[in-house]
Amino acid sequence: MEILVCARRVPDTSENEIALNSAGNDIERDELVYSINEPDNYAVEEALQIVARVGGSVTVVTVGSEDDEEILRREMAMGASHGVLLSDDAFIGSDGRGIAAILKSFVAKGNYDLILTGVQAEDGAAQVGGMLAAMLDYPFASLVNSIEVLDARKLKIGREIEGGNREINEIDLPCVLSIQTGINEPRYVGMRGIRAVASVPIPTHAASDLGLDPGTVGDAGAKVKRVDYFVPVLGKGAEMLSGSREENIDKLVELMAAKGGLN
Amino acid sequence: MPRIFAYVVHKGGVADDSAAELLAAACKIDPTGSVTAVVTGFGPNLDRVCESLRASFGEVWKIANQSLDYPNAELIRKALVKVLPSGCLVLIPHDHFGIDLAPGLAVKLNGAFVSDVPDVNGSEGSNLKVVRQEFGGQLSAHVCCDISSGAVITVRPGAFKPAGNNPVVGLVVDKSFDVGPLSAGRRYLETVVAEAGDVDITRQHVLVSIGRGIQEKNNIGIAQELADVLGAAVSCSRPVVDAKWLEKSRQVGSSGKTVKPKVYLACGISGAFQHLAGIKGNPFIVAINKNPKAPIFQVADIGIVDDLLEFLPELTNKIREMQSVSAK
Amino acid sequence: MESSAALSELTSSLESGRALFLAIHVLGTLTFSYVVWRRLLPLLHAERDCRFDRPFARLGKLAKFWFGQWKHPRYRTAGILHILIFTGFILLVIRSFSLLAGVSENGGVVGVSGTASHPYNVITDYAATVVFLCMLFAIVRRLVFQPARYAVPERYGKARTADAIFLLALIAVLMAADGMFSAAEAAGHLKAGQPAEALAVLSLPRVMQIILASASLPALGKLCFASYLLHEVTFYFLLCYRPFGIQFHVETSLFNVYFSKLERGTVKPVRWGMSEGTLDQIKSFGVKTFEDFTWKHMLDFYSCADCGRCSDNCPANAAGRPLSPRFLSIKARDYAFQHYPMFGKAGNGKPLIGNLFSEDQIWSCTTCGACEEECPLLVEYIDKIVDLRRGLIDDGNVPQSLQKPLKALESRGNPYGKMEKKRADWRSAKEFQQTCRVRVVDKNGACTLYFVDSITSYDDRMQSIARSTARVLDHVGENFGILGAAERDSGHEVRRFGEETLFEALRDHNSEAIKASGVKRIVTADPHALNALKHDYKDAPPVEHISQVIARDVKVGLIKFQPVANTNDVYTYHDPCYLGRHNQVYEDPRQVLDAIPGLKRVEMARSRDRSFCCGGGGLMLFYEPKEDERMGVKRVRMAADAGANVIVTACPFCMVNIEDAIKVAGLEGKMTVIDLAELADRQMLRPASPTAATSS
Repeated sequence: MEILVCARRVPDTSENEIALNSAGNDIERDELVYSINEPDNYAVEEALQIVARVGGSVTVVTVGSEDDEEILRREMAMGASHGVLLSDDAFIGSDGRGIAAILKSFVAKGNYDLILTGVQAEDGAAQVGGMLAAMLDYPFASLVNSIEVLDARKLKIGREIEGGNREINEIDLPCVLSIQTGINEPRYVGMRGIRAVASVPIPTHAASDLGLDPGTVGDAGAKVKRVDYFVPVLGKGAEMLSGSREENIDKLVELMAAKGGLN
Repeated sequence: MPRIFAYVVHKGGVADDSAAELLAAACKIDPTGSVTAVVTGFGPNLDRVCESLRASFGEVWKIANQSLDYPNAELIRKALVKVLPSGCLVLIPHDHFGIDLAPGLAVKLNGAFVSDVPDVNGSEGSNLKVVRQEFGGQLSAHVCCDISSGAVITVRPGAFKPAGNNPVVGLVVDKSFDVGPLSAGRRYLETVVAEAGDVDITRQHVLVSIGRGIQEKNNIGIAQELADVLGAAVSCSRPVVDAKWLEKSRQVGSSGKTVKPKVYLACGISGAFQHLAGIKGNPFIVAINKNPKAPIFQVADIGIVDDLLEFLPELTNKIREMQSVSAK
Repeated sequence: MESSAALSELTSSLESGRALFLAIHVLGTLTFSYVVWRRLLPLLHAERDCRFDRPFARLGKLAKFWFGQWKHPRYRTAGILHILIFTGFILLVIRSFSLLAGVSENGGVVGVSGTASHPYNVITDYAATVVFLCMLFAIVRRLVFQPARYAVPERYGKARTADAIFLLALIAVLMAADGMFSAAEAAGHLKAGQPAEALAVLSLPRVMQIILASASLPALGKLCFASYLLHEVTFYFLLCYRPFGIQFHVETSLFNVYFSKLERGTVKPVRWGMSEGTLDQIKSFGVKTFEDFTWKHMLDFYSCADCGRCSDNCPANAAGRPLSPRFLSIKARDYAFQHYPMFGKAGNGKPLIGNLFSEDQIWSCTTCGACEEECPLLVEYIDKIVDLRRGLIDDGNVPQSLQKPLKALESRGNPYGKMEKKRADWRSAKEFQQTCRVRVVDKNGACTLYFVDSITSYDDRMQSIARSTARVLDHVGENFGILGAAERDSGHEVRRFGEETLFEALRDHNSEAIKASGVKRIVTADPHALNALKHDYKDAPPVEHISQVIARDVKVGLIKFQPVANTNDVYTYHDPCYLGRHNQVYEDPRQVLDAIPGLKRVEMARSRDRSFCCGGGGLMLFYEPKEDERMGVKRVRMAADAGANVIVTACPFCMVNIEDAIKVAGLEGKMTVIDLAELADRQMLRPASPTAATSS
């Protein structure tokens, strides 16, 4: 089975402090460390496990610049056979739909049975997978937390819905799935593995290679644009108890008793 | 301003709370226009829902089709594309169903797409101004959305408070015949219900809820002791389940359980909206967290900046003391 | 009867048996050679190991640990028993071989003759007696007293008591046969009116001789023949049987001790003989199959005597983790026996993890070194665990709980993922900054580097150790500085958890920073950093632990202490593994404590090189083991048992684990823990004001 995973390089949420830059139009990026978007990593691990069972290969693609090659290399160190970069100045400023259109033009050039994305990235939009599927006219399922290959043309998948329940669906190939974290336990990628792929050439495609009209993507084609970032003015919020620990406990117990929390 | 549609989710013949929230959001986007509800499904349940929506929506578009009995996003999208006029605005709740349906719908309707919107700031020409959150809620962004060819917008659950509009008497319009037979490359098989754990957190009046701040599995005993003296149960947020420290049945959140306690102690929980989405009924929320900037302090009633690993045992002791005094 | 004729009655059967005896010699020797050859086969295909250097140091170890049986008395009864048996064996070696070499024409034993022979024979008579009695004692001990450490828990297999007793009995038989031969020969000679060997008084052969006094000459002749034959057969049987079990250590122990590791605290390189730059060429890191072990490690497996002393002292084992070092060796040995049989093809190349060992077993080890400290045969464990972990890392088979800190170490140089620029924030604490300025080193600056390392830099609680250490150094006028944001994790646990490449990156970064700073020496309060800088880093300046600095300064009077405030407190010192066992610093911290007036100090039952690991440091803090009771909790109870209510540690990881354990054990309020630097800082006599300083 030929599997394509669409991945993205994002500021690592756990190892960074996200703060506004002085201009207020972006986050402070000077000392950020970046890594692959966590759900995308789960998607690559799932893809690797599937090809280990049924054969095939895994390709990881990202839309960005040379900086983004590092995540492609990391996933190749993990076991993906190919990494592809889609890069062009015309792509800068794309909204979700633009990204999906760029990816779609790449998919159209290939012959992939299964396309995976992470369920969402740091912007919490959760959009590219669904859009890509609609553009390709492939069936789509989001929040996938289990995949079983039924045969060369069908999968049985589980989706995460409310209450911890799972919605089981049958889906035809080729299809697009967005993968939820926790679907598997991704293998560790050691520094040695990363060093080994440090100089592997990464094929890069520009707009012309993909047959894309630059006017439909990038800032030119974007319908949704971020104007700025801001720290929301804190509303009333919680009443903060500011005494010593003992005082706080006494006050808290009083309040809880009043609210019926203590029998 | 284009026509606004609100997609209504329903179960067992009852419309979901999100319908009222979508209505509130629509009113904020276009205070003067009227909102059309669009509902898909089959049979008497669908009819019941449509009837109930007449009290709040000017028009209720009903799409009845046997294959839509179980809400399959692939099929519903095809149905909506046949029925909705071009250039309209569609509001959908941002939950597991909305995530499934909305992005593809936006592409097929050729409109813009913006998701998980907690607030709207009016419009400027053909641009709708909304707010979005990024980085797990650490930052907000002002976003501009060109709605000249329509848009699909998913709305953050719980963000728009139902406005309590003047009641209307709406019209139910049957659009089923515009749809015809439906098929899709995805078929619903069944729903696997989560294993019932040893404790049903949805029935508890008091919950001691733990998050990443508990740091390791061995510390859960600290929370359990507090729960014991309170006659409460221990629940948790997603990271605790992902780390396999507690079973899934203890998780509170959009992908976990929905709870309606009287008192909710959020210990070491940052307050990501997916977690808060599982807390209903407006309980008394106490937040204990080492990080004074944690988003949970926005929604809590009482906030304490402290290390839960030290605070909880002392709280437990204090309550025990009080109970032994009152027992005498 | 003429004496010579009578004598020939005695010796005739022996004479007639010559051909048989010769045949047994040849058969036995050939069989033994074949068996040893088959046992050597896997070693010939194993990874290389550099053990041929420094012969004098190795001979010294041989003298102390093999010949001197240095470690044996740590378990008194078994130790004394073994020393007796070992001494007996050594003494009897010459006799055994001369006995085998043949019987001379007149029935005497060739080999030892002349004036030397009689005293030698007396010695060997007693030696055989002692060995014989020891065998009986050992059998009774095994059957009746059943020391706990020999027991085999169900998941590790079946007990091997029967086999052990069988071998003990055979040795007893060997001694008895030897004694019988001497006795029969002497009795026979006496009967025949010939001069006879005077057997030592109260020795086994002597006792037998007395019993045989009334036997007839032909009977004695037959007895000579029979006992000689029995001796020879038993000897060769044992010789050929030993390589099939734990008794192989009789042959391999000499080599195992000679080739044992010379340095403490080090970790073997990924491949001996390959420089770091060439490591990229290796396809596979670490040990994944049996054949990936080095020949010395395989020899370790052969040499394990199944005595259980290692597991008896292993803290992971005591805590109920799935790790028991003894069974690591025995299982690997059994694997070798099974897959390299006497006849037939070698069944090699099977993955170890999942078949022989489980991942949890391998991740459970805190590398405390208690097992290696205890083993009388100097079997090595830490290098094997590290090699197995290297294999797991290479395959990406790492628990999720460890992946996060490893990733953080890679991107931020510390396992917490905190920003580099905040590494030195501990010195900005308001009150501290007013009394003590800590500089970041630069080229023209300090001559001493205070290497803080990650936990002390970033953990809210441990930062107080950094502040105390800085205050102490300041007080004694040390010209010191820190690396600040340029410092990265020392990489000590990164290396011991098998991520060698990441360790090299951290080490190289730190080494460059240290070099650029121009410091002449390093001081640290973190024993893991101490060990890394001393043993893992090449060409680092000399490094000391803060306890050594304080002890020395106390001795020369640079530091004076005021009396403790509460004289009812009872203190006990907990030896951190990487300060104590691995770096042999035991007395300095104790001297510091004893220099504090009014401080009452007790020793725990397990102290110094028998100290009990607190639970481990570095990456081990992130690992989630399956265990019955935390190591730290056990240690805290040991302190309480010793009558102490204050535990003094000298390692931030010990501090974390013990503080935690006090809560878990429910001893809050009854037991406290303090770091040695913090204690010294608290008790140090400081000049009250500048004028006071100048007047004193």
